[in-house]
Amino acid sequence: MARSVTTRRKTINTAVAWAIGFLIFFPILWTILTSFKTEAQAINDPPLFLFFDWTLENYAVVQERSDYMRFLWNSVIIAGGSTVLGLMIAIPAAWSMAFVPSKRTKDILMWMLSTKMLPAVGVLYPIYLLFIQLGLLDTRTGLTIVMMLINLPIIVWMLYTYFKEIPGEILEAARMDGASLKEEILYILTPMAIPGIASTMLLNFILAWNEAFWTLNLTAAKAAPLTAFIASYSSPEGLFYAKLSAASTMAIAPILILGWFSQKQLVRGLTFGAVK
Amino acid sequence: MYLKNALRAVTALTLITTTSAFAETITIATVNNGDMIRMQGLTEDFTAKTGHTVEWVTLEENVLRQRVTQDIAAKGGQFDVLTIGMYETPIWAANEWLVSLDDLPAEYDKDDILPAMRAGLSHSGSLYAAPFYGESSMIMYRTDLLEKAGVTIPDAPTWGDVEAAAKAMTDKDNEVYGICLRGKAGWGENMAFITTVANSFGARWFDENWKPQLDTPEWKEAVSFYNNLLNSYGPPGASTNGFNENLALFQQGKCGMWIDATVAASFVTNPNDSTVADKVGFALAPNKEGVDKRSNWLWAWALAIPAGTQKEAAAKQFIEWATSKEYIELVASKEGWANVPPGARTSLYENPEYQKVPFAKMTLESINAANPDSPTVKPVPYVGIQYVAIPEWAGIGTAAGQEFSAMVAGQQTVDEALAKAQANTAEEMEAAGY
Amino acid sequence: MATQHSRSAARIMMAPAVILLLGWMLIPLTMTLVFSFKRYLPLRGGDLGWTGFDNYVRFVSSSAFWPSVQTTLIIVGGVLIITIFFGVLLSMLLDQPMWGQGIVRILVIAPFFVMPTVSALVWKNMFMDPVNGLFAHLWKAFGAQPIEWLSDLSLFSIILIVSWQWLPFATLILLTAIQSLDSEQLEAAEMDGAPPLSRFAFIVLPHLSRAITIVVLIQTIFLLAIFAEIFVTTSGAFGTRTLTYLIFQRVLESQNVGLGSAGGVYAIILANIVAIFLMRIVGKNLDT
Repeated sequence: MARSVTTRRKTINTAVAWAIGFLIFFPILWTILTSFKTEAQAINDPPLFLFFDWTLENYAVVQERSDYMRFLWNSVIIAGGSTVLGLMIAIPAAWSMAFVPSKRTKDILMWMLSTKMLPAVGVLYPIYLLFIQLGLLDTRTGLTIVMMLINLPIIVWMLYTYFKEIPGEILEAARMDGASLKEEILYILTPMAIPGIASTMLLNFILAWNEAFWTLNLTAAKAAPLTAFIASYSSPEGLFYAKLSAASTMAIAPILILGWFSQKQLVRGLTFGAVK
Repeated sequence: MYLKNALRAVTALTLITTTSAFAETITIATVNNGDMIRMQGLTEDFTAKTGHTVEWVTLEENVLRQRVTQDIAAKGGQFDVLTIGMYETPIWAANEWLVSLDDLPAEYDKDDILPAMRAGLSHSGSLYAAPFYGESSMIMYRTDLLEKAGVTIPDAPTWGDVEAAAKAMTDKDNEVYGICLRGKAGWGENMAFITTVANSFGARWFDENWKPQLDTPEWKEAVSFYNNLLNSYGPPGASTNGFNENLALFQQGKCGMWIDATVAASFVTNPNDSTVADKVGFALAPNKEGVDKRSNWLWAWALAIPAGTQKEAAAKQFIEWATSKEYIELVASKEGWANVPPGARTSLYENPEYQKVPFAKMTLESINAANPDSPTVKPVPYVGIQYVAIPEWAGIGTAAGQEFSAMVAGQQTVDEALAKAQANTAEEMEAAGY
Repeated sequence: MATQHSRSAARIMMAPAVILLLGWMLIPLTMTLVFSFKRYLPLRGGDLGWTGFDNYVRFVSSSAFWPSVQTTLIIVGGVLIITIFFGVLLSMLLDQPMWGQGIVRILVIAPFFVMPTVSALVWKNMFMDPVNGLFAHLWKAFGAQPIEWLSDLSLFSIILIVSWQWLPFATLILLTAIQSLDSEQLEAAEMDGAPPLSRFAFIVLPHLSRAITIVVLIQTIFLLAIFAEIFVTTSGAFGTRTLTYLIFQRVLESQNVGLGSAGGVYAIILANIVAIFLMRIVGKNLDT
């Protein structure tokens, strides 16, 4: 039953929520606006909001200096590849933990999470040496593997909590009907789990896209993703706010758009078992 | 139409096959400074001349240092040409991590490189990095503000002159600050400047036995002076201002004076970026009355080849191209003489065209005023003016820089900052086994 | 009832994940442990032999060690408090009926999509810069002296930046939890005349405890490792040097791999203390 609310209350809710939403979003909006200004306008006092001469010049300068598409493509491959690879490994693991739990399941899960606590800076040197040995430096393969590994615990955990919410009776029933393990996963579990998998996929993609330590330290020219692209705009000589804003907008736009289009899926599955 | 395209394709194909025997793709790590960005834009000229193509890895200075040091120390072999400074060159060369550049061809005219730069980029007599541009430090001041305030700055001023001028020009209500100086923590940021101030007050980092000297009265006097100058006449947030931040402030007309790298002269006099382009004067970096060392530093951004690269020949060709006289002429023809990379070659300063550039003479004088082999009044066991050429310096300098930065921000006193820096330096030196 | 067959199948299905993570943990960990007992200085020739516990002693006795642990805990704690406090408020607000809920939700979750480097750069330059930043303009417009955010309020500024990035995550998880709250229970309480505050304290908050634990756990894992935000804004100056950052300085700035590795081992120990502590709570809360 829907709660009956007065229009007045709804109006207040709306006003407050929109105000807060705008405030939270403002830094991003400001970056996007600044990217269309000239450098002088970008630092103008008082600040210019909408009434300035909109220009695309900054985007042209950034594009001319660094080949945006190449960085973008690397980001897509690395984030996408690590997500797909991670899911392939995590789905069976999470499935078995959720449906064939043993006494140690919880311990294993917690141990997996604890591997994420390894401080990256502390192990950079060993990993770097290892990557040299394996010839993985500055390769998308190497980075995809690392991204998959650092996010794997989160994926397993998220899927596990999601799978656990699927009632076991349905599986029992299917088993009674003589469904094999493969059929069970393919025809019963998967359709029910799709929202959870979709959401996990999105979260992992976002995390891999935004990771800035390994992606910067293990790449040079060939596999460098957008995090490296940004590192060349961070504090150049002279005025740079407008160009920095343009580069920033280019770096976050793809993931922002993806996030917005898929926010329903993301929200639906992003529970980590928080709901019981 | 069709035939024409086909013909074009065939010629393109033959071109590729003729050059591919030698053509390589080299990876170059560089810093995102204006002159390097310009070089990146001119890569086509290099490719046209040699057939080699270039992959650029352009990074912000701190990220670049970290990446390049990590890679060479672990022998990762990610880059064929590195952009490094005067600090790294002798240390890395001593570790045999760099390829000697002694065999560059005669037409490259190695003897034309400014002696100070050559000395700083050599190790036991061999050149290990070619200067792309070189710099010292000098005073850049606003002629109009000075006139308005009724003071003058001599060509070879003392710190007293500087303080008087800063005081006279400061007008905080109109956001004009008498002096802008580096305050941002980092061995290549505030410590470069503070160390030169210390030199010009007669202080030194270490005595002959590698004992840190930050507890001496000279250091206290130098750091107190710096702190007072910046806090009384500097811009707000000075403790987070580095080279780039101060450059932006000066270009906006908010600084009366700025003591920093000589390369900044071409940026502050460039009317496209600077609102004060036609109102800038130059003077030598100051000293304390009666001290025989000026606070000039010496630095070069140079190109070097890591030992073990598979593409040594192509990498050498690149260095030859980028640091040649022809490259300077190429930039001059496209962007004007004021924008060529300065401070690397003697012939540039003998060029009558370049002598017309307002800051050329002062840049050369500043570079000549700096001597990395004898940076201080008292003898020291190290080389380097605004740095100490030992591997531990980056760590020591940055830690000390953070203490001085906190001091400028008013979070601790001069004495506290010096005591902490002294303690940390002693700690690190002990850990390194001195 | 799980059969023997499905048990072994389950083990096989779990194997790839477990083996990979075991390798990912053990190989670098072993190498770090080995380095930590060595004098390993790449700039002085690399491996200079064993030194026993020297690096461990030196790392802890350094004047920078305890302040860095403290800074780490302040940042993690500060961000957790801010994101959870505002996350609860925000999720309750978003649960209310309103017009354009979808759009508001989009606006609120947007910061989560921004990479840490970008958000640090944007905040540092375009908002917190004491001369050209938007806050400085705002302060000046009201005749106030602009705040030097990154030096005078350095820790607060970093907590603010990181909280902005993580508030969406907390809000989303709390929102799904709130939406599952039985509204009839709330209405009944309202009928009984329970004031809003006690309705919140006795019905909403207990219902959210599980979600809050999960937010704490996941965020702590990520917050212990924050690096880009500090590297870009203060480079560890003004008391913002966390343990992670201290290790970075030892390994990469001083190029003392042995010392840094010892620091890494300490960081692992600290992380595990936090982890055990957290997992106790979570474990309790997760048992169904």
